[in-house]
Amino acid sequence: MISTPVDWLPIVFVGLMGLSFLVYAILDGYDLGVGVLLPLDNPQQRDMMIYSIGPFWDANETWLVMAIGLLLIAFPNAYSLIFQALYLPTALMLAGLILRGVSFDFRTKALSADKNKWEYAFKFGSLLATLSQGYMLGRYITSFEDTWLSLGFSVLSAICVTAGYCFIGAAWLVMKTEGELQQRAAKWAKYTNILMALGIVAVCLTNLLIDQQIMNKWLGGIQAIMLVPITLLLGFTFVTVHRYLDKVPMENDLGCWLPFTAAVMIFILCFCGLGYSFYPYIVPFKTTIFEAASARESLWFIFVGAAVVLPMIIGYTIFSYKVFWGKTTKLNY
Amino acid sequence: MLSRIQFAANISFHILFPTINIALCWVLLFFKVRFNQTQDESWLRVYRFWVRIFALTFGIGVVSGITMSFQFGTNWPGYMATVGNIAGPLLGYEVMTAFFLEASFLSIMLFGMDRVSNRVHTIATVLVSFGTTLSAFWILSLNSWMHTPAGFEMIDGVAHVTSWLEVIFNPSMPYRFMHMLLASGLTTAFLISGISAYRLLKGDNKKSVKQALNFSVILAAVLIPIQIFVGDLHGLNTFKNQPAKVAAMEGAWDTETHVPLLLFALPNEQKRENSFEVKVPNMASIILTHDSAGEVKGLNDFVDKHPPVAPVFFSFRIMIGIGVLMLIFSWLATYQYVIKKRYPPWLLKTGIAMTFSGWLATLAGWYVTEIGRQPFLVTGILRTKDAVTTTPPENIAMSLTLYLVIYGFLLIAYIRTLFVMANRAVVLEKSNASLTETGSSVEPNIPLADEGEK
Repeated sequence: MISTPVDWLPIVFVGLMGLSFLVYAILDGYDLGVGVLLPLDNPQQRDMMIYSIGPFWDANETWLVMAIGLLLIAFPNAYSLIFQALYLPTALMLAGLILRGVSFDFRTKALSADKNKWEYAFKFGSLLATLSQGYMLGRYITSFEDTWLSLGFSVLSAICVTAGYCFIGAAWLVMKTEGELQQRAAKWAKYTNILMALGIVAVCLTNLLIDQQIMNKWLGGIQAIMLVPITLLLGFTFVTVHRYLDKVPMENDLGCWLPFTAAVMIFILCFCGLGYSFYPYIVPFKTTIFEAASARESLWFIFVGAAVVLPMIIGYTIFSYKVFWGKTTKLNY
Repeated sequence: MLSRIQFAANISFHILFPTINIALCWVLLFFKVRFNQTQDESWLRVYRFWVRIFALTFGIGVVSGITMSFQFGTNWPGYMATVGNIAGPLLGYEVMTAFFLEASFLSIMLFGMDRVSNRVHTIATVLVSFGTTLSAFWILSLNSWMHTPAGFEMIDGVAHVTSWLEVIFNPSMPYRFMHMLLASGLTTAFLISGISAYRLLKGDNKKSVKQALNFSVILAAVLIPIQIFVGDLHGLNTFKNQPAKVAAMEGAWDTETHVPLLLFALPNEQKRENSFEVKVPNMASIILTHDSAGEVKGLNDFVDKHPPVAPVFFSFRIMIGIGVLMLIFSWLATYQYVIKKRYPPWLLKTGIAMTFSGWLATLAGWYVTEIGRQPFLVTGILRTKDAVTTTPPENIAMSLTLYLVIYGFLLIAYIRTLFVMANRAVVLEKSNASLTETGSSVEPNIPLADEGEK
């Protein structure tokens, strides 16, 4: 076994992990969002919405396991620090994910009288999971400080992340559904889009104020120029999406994929921004990725596997999406 | 202590579902292949009924598995700090090679029948089966390594790998893996025979129900002797590598020759002796050393380094006891099927009673092996108490309560739903009712697949 100590491994792994988190946020983001949006007043629409994510949510959630797994494998000490600090929100998130995951299966198999209850459990579980994830992100960004300001920020972050997930969920529905539900989804997308935009601005400002190091990184020199195209791009995307959503449904469903693509882009931009702010720290301002990385021979062992397996995973993920391409229909099995 | 309870609760709950799924998936593949060969619709009906149970089981297995993967870090930081270099990559490989495979092709297996060709659908079923088994392989590799560590060196209290091959194929791995696969097969066989017997007794006389019942009965009858054989090998392996565990299983306090087999006893750890012994002379020596004068190490050789005796001792007897019941039932049932061509009602009722016997035996088996490893988390390297979290106990108490409530609730919901599904299939058969009258608001299409014989 080759075990030469090479120090690009921590960078590769933080990259892989970041990618997994991003893919998770996008993929499970939309199906969590759809879960949160489930309307209480319309069982048919609920059915359709759940059908739209049915074939995907399971694999989507696996990206979380992958991301957490990579953190655990590559940076075990950071993992311990982070998740001991986030013990309770993690437990709540897991409870939410459990509730939601099982509701999906139980709702079609239980007595008809129980079906509504399982759907509400699905909605509630999704909400619990998104709120906890947002809260955890907020705690992470504020380096797990126990001040009122930091806790307040975490609550804000919980709401914004939920709004973001709802937006991408609604955008997914615009793409995957038709008729009344599509129009309703467009409305949801419009409101959550605004809420998310406000959230992003708030998070960015707080983020800059919360720590001098981050402020320096963004505004302390020539790199401040980067802010201009990023801001312009984000602004342009928001406005375009907003104007498009007003016009749904377009003739021949023109551009139904537009909001979803925009959502993906916004997610990527925000994520890169966060990554840039914190690199090279894995626990904000305490531990860098190089300090936290585990034994290089273990990293190498898993890296070889990842290089072989990841392309396969991406391949059959695409295959799976192709099989279920197009507007959602009833799921039969 | 709370962390231990929480992890025990989580792992006990989680293990129930993969135990069914590992084998159920291959069974489904068998049904599917039989359908492909014979074009007999009733095989498709069995497939469709059980694939839904598979989906349900899979869903619970996945979410409880995610919970477990978090707990390694949250509740057992010392574990990752000491052996993370080994545990991490093994878990990582499980996620990368197995988890994604299962999750991605499961949706095609479940919902893809109308969207992909029959061949692709069968391939998806193969891949999901392969994925679940591969998943079990990695997990059992890690678990076995914790029992019989190999292929590593300790540097500054941290395990570093010297040979991945030795780590993965550590001494107890092949036995444990086989034992678990067979346990899964038996659990599934008894689940299928239990539910099918239930449907039959309720008057559901479809060919598909009988096919499932016949199949499961024969499967169990074939697997149980193999399991006893593999279990014996596994025991010998444990005897070699973890004598303290075997001593606890046998309730043997002193190192002796001519050790009797205790059928029953009450081990008393304070006095370090047993009361109410019911024993077969020399038998334990014969089983473990294949020699009536063979020496078996006693617990007193491992003071402070042996597991709590009573739980291991009793769990072991429960496992064996259920195994014997399984053997009797499956052979009786096979006799009825092959010779008499019919199942008497009392046998069907016994079958229903034994629906979840596989679960009990598997849990008991896991308690034997896991409690049997104590006081170590990783044999000889890491004690359980050194690995546990420093998270405030009230936080753990909160999360523990949360999990217990959810798990208890889910377990009841799961078992109830299995019988609801069975009942629904029965009702449909009996009244041969139109779809609109029988719960079509729940699932318009499914019952179609289970309509009675034409």
